[in-house]
Amino acid sequence: MPVDASDARPVLELERATKSFGAVRAIVDGTITLYRGEAHALVGENGAGKSTLVKILAGVHAPDSGDLRVDGIDVHFRGPADARDAGIAVIYQEPTLFPDLTVAENIFMGRQPVRAGRRIDRRAMNSAATEIFTRLGVVLDPDRQARGLSVADQQLVEIAKALSLNAQVLVMDEPTAALTNVEVDRLFGVVSTLRSHGAAVLFISHRLEEVFEACQRVTIMRDGAFVRTDPIEMLTVGDVITAMVGRKLDTMFPKTPSHPGDVVLEVRGLSRTGIFSDISFQVRRGELVSLAGLVGAGRSEVARAIFGIDHATAGSVTVDGKPLRLGDPLAAMAAGIALVPEDRRQQGLVMGLGIDRNVGLASLRRLRRRGLIPRSAERLLAEDWARRLQLKFARLTDTVSTLSGGNQQKVVLGKWLARDPRILIVDEPTRGIDVGTKAEVHRMLDDLTSQGIAVLMISSELPEVLGMSDRILVLREGRLVAEIGGSDATETSVMRAATGQEAA
Amino acid sequence: MTATLSPPRQGHTRFARAGFLMRVRELGIVLAIVLVFVAATSVNPAFARLDSVQQLLIGASIIALMGVGETMVILTRNYDLSIGSILGLSAYVIGMTFRAHPGTPIVLGFLIGIALGAAIGAINGWITTALRVPSLVVTLAMLYVIRGVDGVIVNGSIIGSDVVPRSFQAVGFATLFGIPWMAIIVVVVVAVAAYSLRSFRWARDLYAIGSSPEAADLAGIPAGRRVFTAFVVSGALAGLAGALFLALYAQIDVNGGTGYEFLVIAAVVVGGVAIFGGSGTVAGAALGAFLLNTINQALVATRISAFWNQAIAGALLLAAIAFDQWLKSRMTTKLQLEKGALREQSSD
Repeated sequence: MPVDASDARPVLELERATKSFGAVRAIVDGTITLYRGEAHALVGENGAGKSTLVKILAGVHAPDSGDLRVDGIDVHFRGPADARDAGIAVIYQEPTLFPDLTVAENIFMGRQPVRAGRRIDRRAMNSAATEIFTRLGVVLDPDRQARGLSVADQQLVEIAKALSLNAQVLVMDEPTAALTNVEVDRLFGVVSTLRSHGAAVLFISHRLEEVFEACQRVTIMRDGAFVRTDPIEMLTVGDVITAMVGRKLDTMFPKTPSHPGDVVLEVRGLSRTGIFSDISFQVRRGELVSLAGLVGAGRSEVARAIFGIDHATAGSVTVDGKPLRLGDPLAAMAAGIALVPEDRRQQGLVMGLGIDRNVGLASLRRLRRRGLIPRSAERLLAEDWARRLQLKFARLTDTVSTLSGGNQQKVVLGKWLARDPRILIVDEPTRGIDVGTKAEVHRMLDDLTSQGIAVLMISSELPEVLGMSDRILVLREGRLVAEIGGSDATETSVMRAATGQEAA
Repeated sequence: MTATLSPPRQGHTRFARAGFLMRVRELGIVLAIVLVFVAATSVNPAFARLDSVQQLLIGASIIALMGVGETMVILTRNYDLSIGSILGLSAYVIGMTFRAHPGTPIVLGFLIGIALGAAIGAINGWITTALRVPSLVVTLAMLYVIRGVDGVIVNGSIIGSDVVPRSFQAVGFATLFGIPWMAIIVVVVVAVAAYSLRSFRWARDLYAIGSSPEAADLAGIPAGRRVFTAFVVSGALAGLAGALFLALYAQIDVNGGTGYEFLVIAAVVVGGVAIFGGSGTVAGAALGAFLLNTINQALVATRISAFWNQAIAGALLLAAIAFDQWLKSRMTTKLQLEKGALREQSSD
């Protein structure tokens, strides 16, 4: 169905929306226009603000400023129910089902068909669900519990929910990430049926080939801002990628030439069923290797398996040629591995404890004197690292929750560096950190490699990956798909590998 | 397009079918009750006498009644620890009313208990939902606050059988066709609650809130209002339980109902209500109460030390929770394996 913007009124318009979370500006210019009968793609790098934009449309977040219009009328959603009543249905990246309820109940929650006395008519509800599944061409027992459904079937339930709403706008945030090829085809069939009924479909996907296959127009976002909207036939995959990443490397990456030594960390055939498989790579002394890839590609999961938090189902890890006992973080720590996790508030710090006690947490055994931890020893250690990391703080006993994001990250780094690690794994080391501290963290990582520490960095920020790495390993859907030398890598080559466009 | 669909996956549907597991669980409890009953009777035939069976029903009634309210609260992933104290206060206030106004109609006695409990439940619910304080803390505090207030009001005095009207006490011992009135009242409450929890939108919201709070938000479910209601119902039923307690024992002092909250939670969890919310039935909870009480009285009848009672109740509780966790992890593992298999197949 051709889309002619001139004669139709848009069904949904978002103009110059902004949204900040604390100091983090998630969206600075959220702009998108949807017409009836179109499939519209929204693309952008990790962190470009796509998911925040979706949540604004869904009524989950209220924009700080900007206009939202449905059928030309200004609307202000107070919650998801308002957006739903306005005819906007959203299918999230992660299915949001009630595992304990039945499939039919999940579809009709809060809108169950009722009979006399406002009692739920289960039979009518189940047959309505069956009817929708028939329209979708699938067979799914409506009276089955949602727990234990495969992710693809969960997506189907979400889609059925959206259909049951007779939504005029259907937003799908990465609906295909968990689907097989056959299921993706089936989904596209549904999308074209919906379009022919006059609904607008907003499709968020990292898989550009899908975008080109299923959509008529594409909107590109970068760094929380609208870049451009164009008919898809006017663009090539290359154009889209350039518009997604288009920016220059700045001077934030003080990378000094490295002199890699012997292999310290060797990963062979590491697999975890359903998450990632057959991952093999090496990291040398004094080398910084990045794991790049899209969110959900399995990067953090690989790191967690190396450190022993998650069990690997196959493969081995050796440190200095000695096999590492997998599934045992203490063994990993004893072998000299340190892991600075992605979520520092939940996993990296004890937010209610002081700086001194957080820094000492990973070194308690060393600090211990006759079974007790002397506060003085803890303080000495913390003072030392606070100075070395140029931590900004009032008192060492201040709880870490009072520190800025960047300083919190320094505390986590200090905690692990205090153990004198040989291998440092950092997961999103600069997420949510201001620019100045970011550069400091980069300098620190560079110092560590020149001291001979092997660093494995996971980052969703391409400039950081390109600016800091000796080598870049690209993961896609749980597989290692490319290894690119640091000097050969460009944003485009990494993005192509990460999105499955490496042939171009 | 729809002609090229993949074949549907229907594996394990019967196993995962809604209600199937619940029914297995409830049948298991019934079976356990029968086993305990038969075993106790074989040691001491008096266990099967009519009055003994009546005692089994009466003994389980109060716990089962409070179990209905507690089930509704736990379904939403909240906890009500104040119900034992509500029972005590309610019984005492009703008793005081009878002492001060000997002619008070017995129905009014019940209504006073229910209203008092509902009011306290409303406070619990309001603090939990409006101020966003974890209900575990709110109701634990309420447990002590009420106990303290109770102590001040009671001031060492005891309400005895002399002030409790005979007709009110009759609710505790009278029977209809051999079935104790107390058991009839509780069965009616359980039946109404069981039907409602299956049949009304607001009731399904309770399950949704406990099953996934995030999804409930996204679905626009008024979680605050529903949780508030659950606490009001729990309080009201605890207040009613106070009236039954007074009718049954015809006396109440400051310690009446102490520790009942844990008996009730144990019964509810043994009865198959998930401790983290989202699944379970009031019928299961009532059966759980009946099982624990049957074990208790079977130990008495077979002259086994009553200390075993607590150990057995605790062991059953652990077994119930372990079973639930095992089941959940089993289904999650299955999900991951399936996802992995699909991915392998699609990347070929």
